Amino acid sequence: MPAPKPESWIQITDRGFHVAPGGFYVDPTRPVDYAVVTHGHADHARPDHGHVLATPETLAIMRHRYQDRAGRVHDPMRTGESRTIGEVTVRFVPAGHVLGSAQAVLEYRGSRVVVSGDYKRRSDPTCQAFEPVACDAFVTEATFGLPVFRHPDAAGEIRRLLAAREQFPERAILVGSYALGKAQRLISLIRAEGYDRPIYLHGALMGLCELYRELGIDLGPLARATGQNKKTLAGEIVLAPPAALNDRWARRLPEPLPTMASGWMRVRQRARQRGVELPLVISDHADWDELTQTLHDVGAPQVWVTHGSEEALCHWATQQGFRARALAVVGWGEEDADPEDSSAQEETAQTGQPGDRAHRAPGG
Amino acid sequence: MERFAELLDRLVFTSSRNAKLRLMGAYFRTVGDPDRGHALAALTGVLEFKEAKPGQIRGLVQARVDPVLFEWSYDYVGDLAETTALIWPAKPGANRKPEITQVVETLAETKRAHVPDLIARWLDALEPTERWALLKLITGGLRVGVSERLAKTALSEAFATDLAEIEEVWHGLSPPYRELFAWLEGRQGRPEIDTRAAFRPLMLANPLEDHELDQLDVENYRAEWKWDGIRVQLVAGGGVQRIFSRTGEEITGTFPEIADAMTFDAVLDGELLVVRQGVVASFNDLQQRLNRKTVTKELLRDYPAHVRLYDILFESAEDLRGLTFDDRRARLQAFLERTRPARMDASQLLPAAGMDDLKQLREEARRRGIEGLMLKRKDSTYVAGRPKGPWFKWKRDPLTLDAVLMYAQRGHGKRSSYFSDYTFGTWRPVTERASEEAANKSEVNGWELVPVGKAYFGFTDQELRQLDKWVRDHTVERYGPVRAVDPQLVLEVAFDAVHPSNRHKSGVAMRFPRVSRIRWDKPASEADTLENLEKLVER
Ligand SMILES: [Zn+2]
Ligand SMILES: [Zn+2]
Repeated sequence: MPAPKPESWIQITDRGFHVAPGGFYVDPTRPVDYAVVTHGHADHARPDHGHVLATPETLAIMRHRYQDRAGRVHDPMRTGESRTIGEVTVRFVPAGHVLGSAQAVLEYRGSRVVVSGDYKRRSDPTCQAFEPVACDAFVTEATFGLPVFRHPDAAGEIRRLLAAREQFPERAILVGSYALGKAQRLISLIRAEGYDRPIYLHGALMGLCELYRELGIDLGPLARATGQNKKTLAGEIVLAPPAALNDRWARRLPEPLPTMASGWMRVRQRARQRGVELPLVISDHADWDELTQTLHDVGAPQVWVTHGSEEALCHWATQQGFRARALAVVGWGEEDADPEDSSAQEETAQTGQPGDRAHRAPGG
Repeated sequence: MERFAELLDRLVFTSSRNAKLRLMGAYFRTVGDPDRGHALAALTGVLEFKEAKPGQIRGLVQARVDPVLFEWSYDYVGDLAETTALIWPAKPGANRKPEITQVVETLAETKRAHVPDLIARWLDALEPTERWALLKLITGGLRVGVSERLAKTALSEAFATDLAEIEEVWHGLSPPYRELFAWLEGRQGRPEIDTRAAFRPLMLANPLEDHELDQLDVENYRAEWKWDGIRVQLVAGGGVQRIFSRTGEEITGTFPEIADAMTFDAVLDGELLVVRQGVVASFNDLQQRLNRKTVTKELLRDYPAHVRLYDILFESAEDLRGLTFDDRRARLQAFLERTRPARMDASQLLPAAGMDDLKQLREEARRRGIEGLMLKRKDSTYVAGRPKGPWFKWKRDPLTLDAVLMYAQRGHGKRSSYFSDYTFGTWRPVTERASEEAANKSEVNGWELVPVGKAYFGFTDQELRQLDKWVRDHTVERYGPVRAVDPQLVLEVAFDAVHPSNRHKSGVAMRFPRVSRIRWDKPASEADTLENLEKLVER
């Protein structure tokens, strides 16, 4: 009997990626009874599920973020291990995206589908490296699915950051970065250049850095930026959520030099919209070359493309002989979406940190 | 190209003047000749070579990249040079990376038909940021916010040399400026240049503060009108005519009729104005002539330029700057009577016996639509810069208006976390057409607000914090960095003058508007009307 076609046992519903013969969803975008979660970013790991199968690290991140709403049953499974749910076998394989991130390898009656979640192919000391798995259908992200997105060597970008710090010793180097994954990777990259001074953090980044440490990732000396004397932060590196870059929070820093670490920084207009003075092109998502290389490495005849520039990657894949189609999963890709509407994010960041609000200068 | 690209890339994103100076200074100190000289020329816009056309660049990239992916990418990035730089297929180890000198020199000697091939080979060898810098350089699209003045200031700070000294030699030098750098680094003496064509730094006046009035020994000062144009220096002799702005930037090409009238051998200081039948037109009219790439016949006819002369610095080779003001003025009068240049006259000295006369003159300035008075010590020599004491400008009191805050925009650099740029409006009756526009939310009882100006200074840091908070608390709509606010706050706006303008929705344009007071107490409905503002327009 021939293996069933991938599209015959997988559907996209209003709750997301549904694996019918297993009775579960992968990275569901609404609460479900049984969720397989690839990694801890909010667009993949949502609160209020029943049973959650994920790596121990992802589950720890979910508990940190959602506390008592992190899901009723937490079912940890390490990368390399597998589990049979209904008629479907699930195995986790590292995705190289953030700590705990895993591809979900799904097998049903000889048909194999890999949901890669978000991934990158570059080295990252804070997580396990991506491993390509041969399959019948490969679900890929396309956050940076245009050939203008080619991330340079991350260490080189960090050296630019450190050079700017030496050039402007009276200023605080303020780096905008996402709280989960990016911040910790940046710190590790900075440490890899031999920088051993304390790195200062916005309150919103403290918790996840602490959690990374508990999970065994060494980040060197860290300190809270809030509550420091303004002068002590001159010449220091300060990490904050992107929304804090040009907002009132930054006023506590001495002449902050706003920089931001993101794949979007490759495009000057995006950096300008953010008021960034030193754009650092560092991303936890695959760039164009990594995406196209991965499709070749995996060699799946079918490619399903999600988040980002789906049509461009589909266009390329079709020309290369893959059967490619865009998979419209509403809600995936929001975490690292192009920060067009900075004002909306600004408000979320402000309401997210009651601790920082108390320190605001009166009248500011 | 690597260091030059890094410099450009940093400058593009840097708004603070000080930071720009530091970035440029570091570049000039650490990069060798002749690359830094060509970079200096590129930044100040004096490099001349065959520019590549955008169409050629497009042709090159489309031959190498899938056309569909290119179009989508171009749509996304929005800039041809940048898209090309990013999408260009990498060819590691293709060629040696060109330095800026090689680019400049090779382009100068290559036949036009071979230019595209040359560019393609360079693009193969470079990294994305370097490709971007190369493309911006060769398509003439370098816009990094560096004026000639700023570049000279960077040199002055980087090599601890007086800016005035650099300005004196500047216009006698050309790229790649080897003698300049040799002198700045102390390896050689100051470059010998043909001083007849050079810019001499200007002497500037300080504002006269109220408390200084009583101490002023009026009998030792000469008074003249403070003309509201742009300060210029006219340098002519030996077949050369040059017009420099106050900061030493050459603007000869913008005012060809003045250059044509400079048939003398002298260095003169004056105010450039638009004058019709002997009547000085508003600054707004002069603005029609500024920053124009081409000067059309119509512009020359409708906005005729004129120079009202203040001073004479050189006559032939004779340096007059050591003479007293009175002696120089006598020399200027004699010079004008002898040479009678077209489109020029001397600024009149105003008779004033004492402080009362001066005060009366200042009052008269308003009636005549003049900015104010200049007071110059009769025995003052001509000294570069802004020495305290010999020259004062005494502006008339500003006009004020109570306007309503309508929009606020984020500032730049240090102010980027503040809403610090304010657009304010005055009331006018709603016309029928306007009331049909449903979007007009500022309409109240048949009156609507019309924006009349923008101000971003005049307030204290404390007031800025208060305004910023007020804006955040009263935002009704957001458009990127701009916020529309509930029209409830009245700002007292001071300004020097107001002119008719067809480029503004309100029909008027204010000169130097600034926030003079925040009227927390005043209801918005009691702010001024557009009609009130229109009454202040000077003839
Ligand atoms: Zn993610
Ligand atoms: Zn994602």
